Amino acid sequence: MAYGLHTPEDRTSMLEAIGVASVDDLFADIPPALRAHGLNLPPPESEAELADRLSGLAARNRVDLAGFLGAGAYRHYVPAVVDQLLLRGEFYTAYTPYQPEISQGTLQTIYEYQSLIAELTGMDVVSASHYDGATATAEGALMACRATRRERVLVSRAVHPHYRETMRTYFSGGELAMDEIPLVADGPLAGTTDLAALERMLAESDRPVAGVVAANPSFLGLLEPMSEASRLAHAAGALFVAVVEPVSLAVLASPRDYDADIAAGEGQPLGIPLSYGGPYLGILSCRDALVRQIPGRLVGMTADVDGRRAFVMTLRAREQDIRREKAASNICTNQALCALAASIYLAAIGPHGLRDAAAMGAARATELEVALTRAGAPRLHSAPYLNEFAIRVPDAAEIHRRLLGHGVLAGLVLAAAEPGDPSLADALLVCATEVTTSLEIAAFEKALHEELERGRQLALPGIAVNVGGGVNAAGSL
Amino acid sequence: MTASGDRLGPTLFERSRRGRGGGKIPHPPKDALSRIPAAHLRTEGPNLPELAEPEVTRHYVNLSQLNYAVDTGFYPLGSCTMKFNPKINEWAARLPGFAALHPLAPDEIAQGTLQMLWELEQALAEIGGMRAVTLQPAAGAHGELTGILMVRAYHRSRGDLARTEVLVPDSAHGTNPATASMAGFRTVSIPSASDGGVDVAAFRAALGPQTAAVMITNPSTVGLFESRIGELLEAVHEAGALAYMDGANLNAIMGRFKPGDAGFDVMHINVHKTFSTPHGGGGPGAGPVGVGERLLPFLPTPRVLRESNGHFRLERPGERPTSIGRVRSFAGNAGVLVRAYAYIRAHGAAGLCEVSDDAVLAANYLKARLAGVLDVPFSRPCMHEFVASGATLKRETGCRTLDVAKRLIDYGFHPPTIYFPLTVEEALLIEPTETEALETLDLFADALRDIVAEAHDDPELLHAAPTSSPVRRLDETTAARQPNLRWRGMTGGRSPCPD
Repeated sequence: MAYGLHTPEDRTSMLEAIGVASVDDLFADIPPALRAHGLNLPPPESEAELADRLSGLAARNRVDLAGFLGAGAYRHYVPAVVDQLLLRGEFYTAYTPYQPEISQGTLQTIYEYQSLIAELTGMDVVSASHYDGATATAEGALMACRATRRERVLVSRAVHPHYRETMRTYFSGGELAMDEIPLVADGPLAGTTDLAALERMLAESDRPVAGVVAANPSFLGLLEPMSEASRLAHAAGALFVAVVEPVSLAVLASPRDYDADIAAGEGQPLGIPLSYGGPYLGILSCRDALVRQIPGRLVGMTADVDGRRAFVMTLRAREQDIRREKAASNICTNQALCALAASIYLAAIGPHGLRDAAAMGAARATELEVALTRAGAPRLHSAPYLNEFAIRVPDAAEIHRRLLGHGVLAGLVLAAAEPGDPSLADALLVCATEVTTSLEIAAFEKALHEELERGRQLALPGIAVNVGGGVNAAGSL
Repeated sequence: MTASGDRLGPTLFERSRRGRGGGKIPHPPKDALSRIPAAHLRTEGPNLPELAEPEVTRHYVNLSQLNYAVDTGFYPLGSCTMKFNPKINEWAARLPGFAALHPLAPDEIAQGTLQMLWELEQALAEIGGMRAVTLQPAAGAHGELTGILMVRAYHRSRGDLARTEVLVPDSAHGTNPATASMAGFRTVSIPSASDGGVDVAAFRAALGPQTAAVMITNPSTVGLFESRIGELLEAVHEAGALAYMDGANLNAIMGRFKPGDAGFDVMHINVHKTFSTPHGGGGPGAGPVGVGERLLPFLPTPRVLRESNGHFRLERPGERPTSIGRVRSFAGNAGVLVRAYAYIRAHGAAGLCEVSDDAVLAANYLKARLAGVLDVPFSRPCMHEFVASGATLKRETGCRTLDVAKRLIDYGFHPPTIYFPLTVEEALLIEPTETEALETLDLFADALRDIVAEAHDDPELLHAAPTSSPVRRLDETTAARQPNLRWRGMTGGRSPCPD
């Protein structure tokens, strides 16, 4: 066995000490009729063979493309110090810090994480981490239901579709209601949350609303009327749940600025690799008043018996191992190491580095917008954006597929993500960050221009036929 | 409270000096944000600490040294399976082909990861005796929720709305009842029998047309294989309910017992236990869920599919309307799952069987060594872990299990899980795993023997313990009564912290 230590002599002496003849005797409690007899799996591999296999698999992925894909997970520069420190075995091979005397390293880093995220969101209480942005948002919505003792949540359609789907799944258990707030159809605010519709939905007096959930920037990259939505929610006795992107919080108004009660979001942009979707970092934070409703671990500062400052998991009466069926959530294992990555990232780049990352993303996105407009694909919406926006592209799925051949990952085919929304039928969602280069933008512009020209020259009906199949090939959400 | 202690460092916020750091991110043009209306912008930047890389490095390296970890010593934490975390797994997860792949990358450029995930699903299905596996859940409890929501969907699909209860043995992990509540069910607690197993009579009496599912941990949380499992599963299915297996203790039974083949309908697997992915100080893990025939249609979306031409792809939105839907964003903790994949490939069929055999051997050896030192309530052979009790010791010396645990720290060991399961007085749940040398097991047994002797001779040594750790026992009462959950010292106008 690859990592075992027992020699045949060790095993013999252990069996003797136990007083059995063979290991089989130790499994006598398994009823004979239900016993399995080995596994049908490939044989073991040496580390050299395994390394070869893993390299081969990794090489089958293409990560060399000029990437403009965001949609909830973002490429950023991660300083080398982050991963070097994450590789400390004392961090990554430790368990949950249930024995605080020998876990102060983990405990202090979680406390610092809570503090750093509190600075970004402006909230008072930050959980030690959730699975990802989607589950953190779902938990935030459930908090709103518990706190208000109401059973209906309104979610903007501009919240990431995965988050809305996850919320629906989480809500199905408690039979809570979730209604989607439509988006403005046209005009200067097209694509943003429809405040008039929100006001109408909040006014349905027989169906009181626990919480209103909106994202800033939205899934479509647009900056949302968060203050207005928050005010409307509060006027109806509902809580306001903001879904935020942490790098953007270096420059955008914070949830506290617009009086949110709960802020949730995906922490992946804070120094965590894309890794095909995880492990990521669910950020969940709230006002002091909701501290007993927040699920997940919390670390607090205290002292030891000698008066030395120390940290410990606290307010544990909310948690499943104490409260069992009455717990705020069933969450146990979280994403602690990802929270550590986020903390080290923030410590390494500092407030100015974070602002530079956010602003540089915006600058690159401006450059991208100009280049893509020139290529023939203008923005779909006109509301302000930070670093991600939708562009109008005829036969978007087919063009997206063709651009892969030019070495360009041209963002997300919105029709695949939101099949039910005709306004997004011919559109790509593209983003830029501080790692986007002018060369990549130029390559995108050139390739898109060529493909659009090609489409114009070919008989249009021929291309249209391809659209249905193209969506699949272009990657679905 | 200002002393930071001789081995404790200041927080990031106390280390901060204005003007330090920088040089990581290129500076944007001054007008980068000029197209954004002022109302959307932050008026005051976040008060983040400013540090240079040398201090960042020392800060975290020094903090890391305050931790106990598998890489530093024996971690016999029952029900947590703190086995060695192989280093090639860390290397693999960091390969740019895996680490830099965007979760929404089109299938055609994600074939390597999709193949890895698909093969891992097949391997876990084989180990669990299940028809299919979803890799999406991010942790064991998340897997439980996924499984129980599938159970709910199953009953609803048959128009059976009367099943409102989930039966959970009183020895179960707290996540089981918490999961049942989250999925909209009422938990009915089933008492344990004196032999540590489920009380069959109480179990049968609680089963009925109102039962949606039974959640069973096997081996149980006292480390025993449920020898009446066949009878229990039959009773569950006779009542029209489904059987959920909490796979937290899978490390004991690989190749010896396949829950799906034995009749379980659904189980979760903690890859951060059995399959060696690191615990990371509390996460991330992954909680794949295996299902049998009945629950196949309800698996969360998207599944990883292999087409007849060998091409892999993710299921498309709406492709399988019976699904319970998404349980998270994207397709799962792929970066964790690749570590589990590497572990399974390194071991192969024979190696995984040997893992379980050695884990069970080590636990039984330690149990034999501790007979006569502490109470060992169940004398039958244990699985990969066993429960000991400090009840007699407490009666005789006034030293509690907590004191024994804290004294173990002074001996250089991480304490076992204590006061769990709730069904055993003054419990210590001890799980040595298969990656500890015989010498280590002996040293640990000797330490416990010595500590018990100290309890009789000089109990104050135990009450005062630990004394060798970076900090001593903590004031948890004040931490809970006046919670200080974030640093406020850098925020202008607010009171500095600590105060």
